[in-house]
Amino acid sequence: MSRFDWLSEYLARLEDDHLIARHGDNRALAPAHRLELDAEDWGPAGRIAAAMGLRHAGVWADPLGPGPMESDTEIEGPAIRVQACLEQGGDYLILQTLVSQARPVLGSHTPAYPGVDRLERHAQDLTGVRFLRHPDERRWTRHQAWSADDYPLRADFPIEGRSAGRTPADVDYPFTRIQGSGVYEIPVGPVHAGIIEPGHFRFQAAGEDVLRLEERLGYVHRGIEKIAVGRDPQGLIRLAGRVSGDSTVAYAWAAAQAMERAAGCAPPPRATSLRALLAERERIANHLGDIGAICNDVGFAFAHVQCARLREQWQRRSAALFGHRLMMDTLVPGGVAYGLSETGFRELRLDHAALHKTIEPLFDVIDDHPSLDDRLIGTGILAQADARALGCTGYVGKASGLDFDVRRDSPYAPYDQVRVEVPEETAGDVAARVRVRMKEVRASLWMLDRLLDALPEGEIAVPFPRPEEGAMGLGLIEGWRGEILCFVRFAEEGRIARYFPRDPSWFTWPALERLIHGNIVPDFPVCNKSVNGSYAGVDL
Amino acid sequence: MLFSEPRQAEGSWVSSPSRLAITLPYYYETRFSMFRILKQSLRTGVVTEAAPSHNDAELERLGIEVRRHIDARFGGSLAIRQVDAGSCNGCELEIHALNNPFYDVERFGIHFVASPRHADVLLVTGPVSRHMETALRRTWRATPSPKFVIAAGSCACDGGEIGVSYASCGTIENVIPVDVKIPGCPPSPVDLLKGLLGALEIDR
Repeated sequence: MSRFDWLSEYLARLEDDHLIARHGDNRALAPAHRLELDAEDWGPAGRIAAAMGLRHAGVWADPLGPGPMESDTEIEGPAIRVQACLEQGGDYLILQTLVSQARPVLGSHTPAYPGVDRLERHAQDLTGVRFLRHPDERRWTRHQAWSADDYPLRADFPIEGRSAGRTPADVDYPFTRIQGSGVYEIPVGPVHAGIIEPGHFRFQAAGEDVLRLEERLGYVHRGIEKIAVGRDPQGLIRLAGRVSGDSTVAYAWAAAQAMERAAGCAPPPRATSLRALLAERERIANHLGDIGAICNDVGFAFAHVQCARLREQWQRRSAALFGHRLMMDTLVPGGVAYGLSETGFRELRLDHAALHKTIEPLFDVIDDHPSLDDRLIGTGILAQADARALGCTGYVGKASGLDFDVRRDSPYAPYDQVRVEVPEETAGDVAARVRVRMKEVRASLWMLDRLLDALPEGEIAVPFPRPEEGAMGLGLIEGWRGEILCFVRFAEEGRIARYFPRDPSWFTWPALERLIHGNIVPDFPVCNKSVNGSYAGVDL
Repeated sequence: MLFSEPRQAEGSWVSSPSRLAITLPYYYETRFSMFRILKQSLRTGVVTEAAPSHNDAELERLGIEVRRHIDARFGGSLAIRQVDAGSCNGCELEIHALNNPFYDVERFGIHFVASPRHADVLLVTGPVSRHMETALRRTWRATPSPKFVIAAGSCACDGGEIGVSYASCGTIENVIPVDVKIPGCPPSPVDLLKGLLGALEIDR
């Protein structure tokens, strides 16, 4: 089958609606195809994409700073480029348009794609792009640290901000309320009763049943996108590794891939294989921890203790071989920082065999234990239609019948050389998400050995060339939570002008609001853990 | 409404033969998984390790003064309220690891509590994001005195990769008083344990 067979149909449908789409330079954001749209066509182009069933993989705005960047535009003064990513069948399409910073108005994609609701509000809070006909006009990432008419990502906003005093709590955020006899409200957070990240959950409940859950995040907004500006490639990878600490390898890889594509740099085969090795190790470590934690949330301590033990041993090996228990800072632009010695190679082989031997009886118990079944089966069901509407990837999508996986469907080195097994479940409940994660542990373990079998010899890094001013790159990596998208644009002297990482949790946080519906309040922790969205990854 | 069919309610042992036929496999299934659990547990054995040595220079650095202070006031048991004030969640993973069977901090009298009102110690991670600034102050105020604050992780100790910006207040010290710092990105469980044990001075 020829790739990208849906693009011509999409173009034809755009033409039917008299929308003008110009083809951009396809090398610039490879592997994605690029279409340049007029600003007034932005909303309709989203609607047409939704009608064709394309998945929306995120939207971001890029203030281009003073001075016209593109010669053929009619915009005077500073402009903001807005880009959106669509996907189907592993083929990616970037829509882009320019708006003037003085009047940055676009049609919203949210009416057609509910999953991009908060991404659009994030772009609005940070760059001032207004999305018309957006169903929700409230702020999202902005609390009280800057005012409504300030936009931190614009060039004229000072990095230290404009207010020096204490930042008050965002107390008057207008939550949606349900009125009625017996309906009560439970506010939770931002400081939670566990070792977890901060965020606020507002439940409307009647008796034990959750009528509505509304999330309010943004508490760990650290200004990642702003402090990335002006960094060198090495500095960006260090920062990327700290966007969401549990996905440090995946984020670093996404940033490295985007920068390497922008610079036209190909990391050597041994480096990409080692990156995959690190990424699969990260997947296994996180899945092990979370499978145990889900069991713990329903009082099955045995699995929690066993999984925690396996995770700890796994992390210790990571520390011994790659210098860090979470494998932070193991990637560099152009390759990896740590090679793999002969002894390390053998130790990994033994580790894989040992883990395989241990997880089989353990997963056997978890898969088929009456007390777990009673709590996990039928709890927190995410319907396939909801998962599709929101654009869920990773184990949340896979447990609801959406088996998309970047490693298989849009393979990047070295996954083009190794078979990627993508587990799929259709029940959409907590139990299905646990089963998907157990299958992914097995699949990753199998893959780790295949990567070792075929580990190429040679360099582990090449020098990273200085990218041209204005060069852009797109990184697409299957992290353990799902597809991570990363956009990078360079300024002069190889400095970063724009960095935007899009965590898969942007789409799974709203999924949690849907799947909790009709469940009981005491089941929220296990439902939440089964989705395990990243707070830091979306608050940025 | 949410659950699968209530299998436990399937009936008791003294039901009709047809009932028994349904119940028996369930009974054996339960027994069987119990054996599987026991087998796995026995095969694993005890993995908990001896506490790290107290005498190294790192503990000296944490300060004998702080230790004496805590011993006098907390009587050898420490209730910790962990607060993520803006971390990337790397520190949280390693703090979680303190509860795994290798480190098992509860044996030292250290436990994590769900409310600042139950806590002796605030274990704070992250740079303090401006959006968490007030929440952190309120958490600190809600913690009864005597209390002390441990800043865990590079961001908490010196701002780390994030530093001070429009979105971040930087170190914990910029917002609430800090007694002990445990640097590291993230600090390993052993680093955390050393910091905590050093603070407590458990005599073994």
